[in-house]
Amino acid sequence: MSDVTRMTAAQIAGLIAAGETSAVEVATAHLDRIDAVDDRVHAFLHVDREGALAAAADVDARRGRGEELGPLAGVPVAVKDIIATKGVPTTAASKILEGWKPPYDATLVERLRAAGTVMLGKTNMDEFAMGSSTEYSAYGPTNNPWDLGRIPGGSGGGSAASLAAYEAPLAIGTDTGGSIRQPGAVTGTVGAKPTYGGTSRYGLIAFSSSLDTPGPCARTVEDAALLHAVIAGHDVRDSTSIPQPVPDVVGAARLGATGDLSGVKLGLVKEFAGEGAEPGVIAAFRESVEALVKLGAEVVEISCPHFEYALPAYYLIAPSEASSNLARFDGVRYGLRAGDDGKRSLEEVMSLTRDEGFGPEVKRRIILGTYALSSGYYDAYYGQAQKVRTLITRDFTSAFEKVDVLIAPTTPFVAFPFGSRTSDPYQMYLADLYTIPTNLYGGPAISVPCGLSEGLPVGFQIMAPTMADDRMYRVAAALESAVGTLTPPEL
Amino acid sequence: MAAISREEVAHLARLSRLAVTEEELDRFAGQLDVILQSVARIGDVAADDIPPTSHSVPLTNVYRDDVVQPCLTQDAALAGAPDTAEGRFRVPRILDEEA
Repeated sequence: MSDVTRMTAAQIAGLIAAGETSAVEVATAHLDRIDAVDDRVHAFLHVDREGALAAAADVDARRGRGEELGPLAGVPVAVKDIIATKGVPTTAASKILEGWKPPYDATLVERLRAAGTVMLGKTNMDEFAMGSSTEYSAYGPTNNPWDLGRIPGGSGGGSAASLAAYEAPLAIGTDTGGSIRQPGAVTGTVGAKPTYGGTSRYGLIAFSSSLDTPGPCARTVEDAALLHAVIAGHDVRDSTSIPQPVPDVVGAARLGATGDLSGVKLGLVKEFAGEGAEPGVIAAFRESVEALVKLGAEVVEISCPHFEYALPAYYLIAPSEASSNLARFDGVRYGLRAGDDGKRSLEEVMSLTRDEGFGPEVKRRIILGTYALSSGYYDAYYGQAQKVRTLITRDFTSAFEKVDVLIAPTTPFVAFPFGSRTSDPYQMYLADLYTIPTNLYGGPAISVPCGLSEGLPVGFQIMAPTMADDRMYRVAAALESAVGTLTPPEL
Repeated sequence: MAAISREEVAHLARLSRLAVTEEELDRFAGQLDVILQSVARIGDVAADDIPPTSHSVPLTNVYRDDVVQPCLTQDAALAGAPDTAEGRFRVPRILDEEA
């Protein structure tokens, strides 16, 4: 049999269901691949070999008893380290949570287990999901399998790199401002941000609660849809979970894969299709638009005049919510405690703990958020950002009266070399320029590979209306059928 | 003119319970100034009559039935704590001894 680590999740599931391989064999092949390459890639912060093999053996036993199992039973999955996994270390790539083992599973982890998927381990990320390169991980960056000297995107760079390095066929990410889609784009993989409220936040370590959205990462659109279907759906433990049925994303991906987009209207975001992006990114994007037209899609240019204010609004709203959410890390209930010599007060110990436990980007955002929420600045910063959020939402709703989905590049530039954007934080923020509007609106969006620029992957982004996640999967699968998937160089 | 001074950053760090070093203060003050100057242009959008959006999902709170459900045991809840005593979280002193 050929190498299972090169197969899609759908293919792996098919082989296991047909009895041509076992879940244990599949898990072993991926764990061996991690052993062989992860010292160079560093996609994982923790590999749970024992847990993975036990879960795989359980799937094989259930199949042996003739139990009906789900469509991804026995398929390995890598999980971003910001998601609580019972008894398995969960750090959000921060020193302040080093060694913490959650006493419970996130809802989506429960669903992954119930579906018979096999969790391989926890993936690297920017600390508390704040960053676009994994350079802000307290445990060292992840290297992009396309070029080990370049960033894998962020914050979910570990999840994306684990796919591009064939260490896992599926991975889970979280997207607050682009943390699933931008890593997907720069690693040549697929990353989908579901509708906010379409996937449960219960068990996510909170960064910006009005924006955080967990979602699927994969090497093909169909695989992403299969994973989406497993984790999505209403959860009573998340107060912003939407009590509606999950759109048929798998059916939509399969429909799109037939390569017929007749009757589908695409809105090309005028403000994101020209200046600000690298020429190679624009060229690959434009070629893909032509490919979609050949499949029967109609393309019109749509102006979204407030999108240019999305980045500033986001960098006020997200840090504001983060400054509040991260107050829980106080050295009392979990994680690090520093400077407790029996003489210092609680407040002193708390301040020392937080200074030692948090990295520079987290501190910057806590201070920025505290500032934006202070009396005297609230109206000018946080209050104004919330009004801009309304205007961005109006841009989306008026666009969706004219077109089915919006399209744009995923990120303005291909994977950049390490260290090139860390000295000026705002230069790092620009990586999220095209992904952020969707988060502020709350709708779904997907990044799918659309070609290369200077030998590095370019991502194509499709944004859909709230709870119309199926639409983006259809267009993404059609594009994939036209341009194909990308294969990175051998490691 | 700088949007934010070194003194303001020091004050905000104290409010945020971050015992930042002098070197961190120097660095953060410059970086936060650049960030604030870049995001300040949201003030250019005329939005006086626009309602704010705090959240994209128009849901109101719901209540579950008031029935006992399984929850963490005391041991599980304390398992990740840096210090415990008598089945509780142990914290450094909160009040001055004179108080």
